[in-house]
Amino acid sequence: MTTAVDRIAIKAKERPGDRIFSTATVVAGSLILAVLAAVALFLFVQSIPAFVAPADAFKGDFSNFWSYVAPLAFGTAWSAFLALLMAVPIAIAVALFISHYAPRKLAQGLGYLVDLLAAVPSVVFGLWGIGVLAPMVQPFYASLVEWFGWFPLFAGPVSGTGRTILTVAIVLAVMVLPIITAICREIFLQTPVLYEEASLALGATRWEMITMAVLPFGRAGIISASMLGLGRALGETMAVAMVLSPNPEVIFQLLTSQNSNTIAANIALNFPEAHGVGVNILLATGLVLFVITLIVNMIARVIINRRKAFSGAN
Amino acid sequence: MSTVTISSPVTNSLTAGKLPKNAPLMVLAASWLVVGAFFTVIFLSGASESFNWAGTLFFGTVLYCIALYLFSYFVEGIRRAKDRLVTALVAIAFVVAMIPLISLVGTTIVNGLPAFLTPTFFTESQRNVVGAGGGALHAIIGTLFVTGLATLISVPIGLLTAIYLTEYGRGRLARGITFFVDVMTGIPSIVAGLFAYALFSLLFNDPGIRFGFGGSVALSVLMIPVVVRSSEEMLKLVPNELREAAYALGVPKWLTIVKVVLPTSLAGIVTGVMISISRVIGETAPLLIVAGFTSSMNYDLFSERMMTLPVFVYNQYASQGADSQAYIDRAWAGALTLIVIVMLLNLVARLVARTFSPKLGR
Repeated sequence: MTTAVDRIAIKAKERPGDRIFSTATVVAGSLILAVLAAVALFLFVQSIPAFVAPADAFKGDFSNFWSYVAPLAFGTAWSAFLALLMAVPIAIAVALFISHYAPRKLAQGLGYLVDLLAAVPSVVFGLWGIGVLAPMVQPFYASLVEWFGWFPLFAGPVSGTGRTILTVAIVLAVMVLPIITAICREIFLQTPVLYEEASLALGATRWEMITMAVLPFGRAGIISASMLGLGRALGETMAVAMVLSPNPEVIFQLLTSQNSNTIAANIALNFPEAHGVGVNILLATGLVLFVITLIVNMIARVIINRRKAFSGAN
Repeated sequence: MSTVTISSPVTNSLTAGKLPKNAPLMVLAASWLVVGAFFTVIFLSGASESFNWAGTLFFGTVLYCIALYLFSYFVEGIRRAKDRLVTALVAIAFVVAMIPLISLVGTTIVNGLPAFLTPTFFTESQRNVVGAGGGALHAIIGTLFVTGLATLISVPIGLLTAIYLTEYGRGRLARGITFFVDVMTGIPSIVAGLFAYALFSLLFNDPGIRFGFGGSVALSVLMIPVVVRSSEEMLKLVPNELREAAYALGVPKWLTIVKVVLPTSLAGIVTGVMISISRVIGETAPLLIVAGFTSSMNYDLFSERMMTLPVFVYNQYASQGADSQAYIDRAWAGALTLIVIVMLLNLVARLVARTFSPKLGR
């Protein structure tokens, strides 16, 4: 921003205040990088005992750490995938509604309503999921098993409480919806107005304008927004811990009372009572989760940044 | 004048073959009525015990989509029909997204009010309470302390980093920080808790360590990136002319930042900080891990377990006593308190932003 001043190359006098202030800002900035490195380092140091732990250190019959974490990693990925399957189409539609369909005066207020959803604490979502959502969808699940039980995913016996991985996925979908919506909305609003007006002027309907101008322009943004939502869904803890009735196996069925647990929920459920090497095992599963979410988030950010550089939108 | 256009047959291609302006609303009302009548017949015939409201709304809306598409298809052609269908679907998606919010806030208020309104909820802790009674004072105090300290840690670091990124940062370090701040916003909250636990249990060599300060550190890890992002956006909005004017008067760079740039963007920064507080104040998992839970008051952040509101909600729900309804009531009341705090923070933040933001465009 101040390049114009810099280029004239008049060296400003370096006052002690300047020196102290700029050093403080550099230190603060570097501290953030240090914290991120420390997170990885301390988790790794504390998880070393878990990688070499004997078979009898694990709850249930597992031969080593990797066989212990595999079903959990599966449950994490499976619930997050199901959540995204529901959240992404609705989020794109909601973002379109706010950016291109709602009356201009209302749009900001409606966006604020969606943001409110993001502010609700996850433990409240958990309470809602188990107190309201699960009993509400259970009869629906029962008839689903009755009619579509031949389809492997919907195989019975149906859960009597509704605390299944599908309910968890619905709660997760509600939780990631505002994140995906917020980013998609930003991207859709950045579509060059000239493109939109040009296609409207050529006689396109609003939907044709959106498919020809807005969506192609926002494709990278939609992908990275979904990945950020994925990162959030992978790491969500309390809602899953409260709603799911878990079982330490790989289970694809959506509607039974036996469900694969997620890494985060497993930590939250077992950490208060864990001791000895059990703590290290949970920390090691946390490290696995950290690495997974870090990779997902980094890919998402790279996509967003690359788009920023080439689109010419800013 | 209008009589002329009506009496002559329609020749204008722009108005030909178009549904009337309020057609979607009328089709919607009609399809709800049709489906409602259908369910009323079922209800009156005794096949179901009550009138099926959910079914009426759901199938009525489905019928609306189909009917509107067909009407439009025959009058306006397939392109407009598609457009109308998508418009309907997009609006429905928004309504669907709002249902959980309304249901969640509604049930929290209804279920939370009984215990929320008991006089002891804000004046007593859970010490020696079995069954009904007691309150959440220990949790509220704990939340205020832990979140307050987290704010004290995060705001200076976050703000200085934002200043570095906007005023000083060039090159690889700045790009690295921007990238990893973005990545850090996606760290799962439970990992932040595990980090704080791993750090302090190593430092103090105590595998069972639980204390409030650890919770503050965990929350700071989650809060700093949010503060950096929002402050950076706000600092970028300060017009460059202001900085140049200060330099031209011979003001040192650091004083320019402190006296010109920061005051100009103060409202935005305060808004960002409040929103970031509202994000972390509801975090449960890290506090469950490193701050633990207790039923007694604890004013000391640096020793012993410390209860916080989100953990209170979880704990009341997860370990119910004999009189389970009392515990569930308290859980909902705690949830209501949390939602009220978060909504208030959000509301005040918006008000601050609107009231104190500099009026640039005149």
